[in-house]
Amino acid sequence: MTRRVAVTGIGVVAPGGIGAPAFWDLLADGRTATRGITFFDPTGLRSRIAAECDFDPVAAGLDEEQVARCDRYIQFALVAGEEAVRDSGIDLAGENPWRVAVSLGTAVGGTTRLENDYVLVSHRGERWDVDHHRAQPHLERAFTPSTLASTVAERFGARGPVQTVSTGCTSGLDAVGYALHTVEEGRADVCIAGASDSPISPITMACFDAIRATSPNNDDPAHASRPFDNDRDGFVMGEGSAVLVLEELEHARARGAHVYCELTGYATFGNAYHMTGLTSEGLEMAQAIETALDHARLDGSAIDYVNAHGSGTRQNDRHETAAVKRALGHHAYDTPMSSIKSMVGHSLGAIGAIEVVACVLALAHQVVPPTANYETPDPECDLDYVPRAARERKLNSVLSVGSGFGGFQSAVILTRQRERTR
Amino acid sequence: MSEPPKRRAAVTGIGVVAPNGTSTESFWKSTEEGLSVLDRITREGCGHLPLKVAGEVRSFDPSAAVEERYLVQTDRYTHFAMAAADAALEDARLGRADTEGAPFSAGVVTAAGSGGGEFGQGELQKLWSKGSRYVGPWQSIAWFYAASTGQISIRRGFKGPCSVVAADEAGGLDALAHAARAVERGTDVIVAGATEAPLAPYSMVCQLGYRELSPVDDPARAYRPFTEGACGFVPAEGGAMLTVEEAGAARERGVPVRATLAGHAATFTGASRWELSREGLAEAIRGALAEAGCAPEEVDVVFADALGVPEADRAEALAIADALGGHGRRVPVTAPKTGTGRAYCAAPVLDAVAAVLAMEHGLIPPTPNVFDICHDLDLVTGCARAAQVGTALVLSRGLMGSNSALVLRHGAVGAP
Repeated sequence: MTRRVAVTGIGVVAPGGIGAPAFWDLLADGRTATRGITFFDPTGLRSRIAAECDFDPVAAGLDEEQVARCDRYIQFALVAGEEAVRDSGIDLAGENPWRVAVSLGTAVGGTTRLENDYVLVSHRGERWDVDHHRAQPHLERAFTPSTLASTVAERFGARGPVQTVSTGCTSGLDAVGYALHTVEEGRADVCIAGASDSPISPITMACFDAIRATSPNNDDPAHASRPFDNDRDGFVMGEGSAVLVLEELEHARARGAHVYCELTGYATFGNAYHMTGLTSEGLEMAQAIETALDHARLDGSAIDYVNAHGSGTRQNDRHETAAVKRALGHHAYDTPMSSIKSMVGHSLGAIGAIEVVACVLALAHQVVPPTANYETPDPECDLDYVPRAARERKLNSVLSVGSGFGGFQSAVILTRQRERTR
Repeated sequence: MSEPPKRRAAVTGIGVVAPNGTSTESFWKSTEEGLSVLDRITREGCGHLPLKVAGEVRSFDPSAAVEERYLVQTDRYTHFAMAAADAALEDARLGRADTEGAPFSAGVVTAAGSGGGEFGQGELQKLWSKGSRYVGPWQSIAWFYAASTGQISIRRGFKGPCSVVAADEAGGLDALAHAARAVERGTDVIVAGATEAPLAPYSMVCQLGYRELSPVDDPARAYRPFTEGACGFVPAEGGAMLTVEEAGAARERGVPVRATLAGHAATFTGASRWELSREGLAEAIRGALAEAGCAPEEVDVVFADALGVPEADRAEALAIADALGGHGRRVPVTAPKTGTGRAYCAAPVLDAVAAVLAMEHGLIPPTPNVFDICHDLDLVTGCARAAQVGTALVLSRGLMGSNSALVLRHGAVGAP
């Protein structure tokens, strides 16, 4: 008997939208949340723009101790987690805690906090033999990213498998995929799954500057994230978190839960090509899509919408377009494919989970979110990128894909009404 | 219709870069002899810090193990990982020709506790002392937790499932389980394990907040779990990678199955809540034994987590008794990591390696620096103990609250 996995709750902290309703409004309106960096003085950087969250942890419901102990990215995950658990209606105190799991992704974890304390202990980079007396309390919690899943598990009383997944920019998809396997294969009945990152700091901005991956369009930040547009010039850094409550379907039904959709397919592969480079053929992402379709027991023609990685670098957009065409064949031309990074930027490890939540909402509303800022077609990117305006459409199965530094290529499939096409 | 035979994950190769040996042979010799290599920290810029003792990897020459173009773009923890992966694949006689025709059938899984801290500190220094234009192009791929998996995948041409468990100590076992499950789902081979390099100045400052860290600066007394002198743990660097292969695929290649990854389970009981880890660890042991179809009496040796914090040691001793019943007081328990220190995620992977070697040599390695046990355990101390070891149980707990248990069986299980 195959165990099926339902999505019963969602929560999100995204630039321009704290909470799922505000987040969906932003996407459905096609508004952008990218702007000049306000967190620190970005003078001297090549890319001085980002999609920042206007996030007040206390207003968002955290207490003083949580704020003091937790880095920003963990605060995001706690807030998104609260929303998801509330949304699911699950009474976690009544669950067998050994059957409740946590699977969260992050690409860079506590690096923003690590940088802040580094500046103190090194006297602004003067000393290699850093002065430990200047370190601030709780620094050890920033040292290892497993603090993320650990803190969320403590908050919700989970005692099952608790995992932090860190596969660069596919961390969010992979954490959701890991959760799918955990519930499907019977190691838990409930899994709190998602991802979080808050990478807008000098070191992270500088390291992407160094490889010219981020957009230098500092004069027009609101229109700087331009996936698939011929005039794109890199991605715009973002931050945020999304969390889902995943539940074994019969378990969800037994408590009368609202089921948004099912998580039906997942796969990940490596491109074994380059840590940051992508091929123009997209073979490995196509393999991930095809394997995720196998997992979901669906044909490519069942896919009604592709939520793209769509980072807005030339190589990504071409790679991904080729991959989707390779996997879905001619059906790719009839399938809308959009990138919400045009609106909320690229929050590294978090974005995969934020995009999965966007897919859940697209299925719920039967609306495809647009690619904002898309104006000038790139002759090598010839699919339907849903320019600028959201679109009503009958959606049953949707696909979300991602690529990450390290060569990771991942795909997740969500299905509203399960009917096997094979 | 009959079910297809269950795919089983086997260990066919081992690669070690440890404080007590940078080859499997030297690691085993030191481990079996109960040699302790804990010593004063010698790495540059660390001498003034209050953390004085660790397990350093001193006999490793990165440039002899890894090509220049990979060396410059990676941290020490990835150097260890690439070298260990090479050794594990060579040990399994798995050459490039074996995977070239089917690149999607070979993957990489690593666990990482802290990433490329030394490299990261260097780039932070450039940024804050000179300016953002001085940050190099490799910072974006050297510091993060996925560096080792990505680089091994590229260097070996492995396109199969690739993953990274960013974890506390127990994550080392979770990475092996992750690999085993990928093999059971259909991938032929995964090179899996963990390496760590947390002995750079800023990384050490970050660790000073761990209240479980030993404050004792005498290497012989700093890490003595299960004794009245238990005063915390000593950190270490290094690690190991294993070639985890589908048993049938190994048989077809004519490569011996050295051990089977038979069962695993993980639980969570809260960061530094050591009393609660009794229940969590016992639950993990029961889950791992159940998955392995293994009765408690079949366990021939337990590789303990052995944190060295009195309440944690007590919780572990009780967990073993809770989960194994009367057998828990009779089964030999060992903790060779007292001679090397705890290399975070890599610590339990080194224990898994020691478990495989213990089965092959019929010898349970001892627990260096430890005597006068104050718990109801048969802890192997002093000299290695001769024993038929068919089944080993490896335990690990993490500072962030994870508990994991792994059951290894000698050779192939359920082979026709």
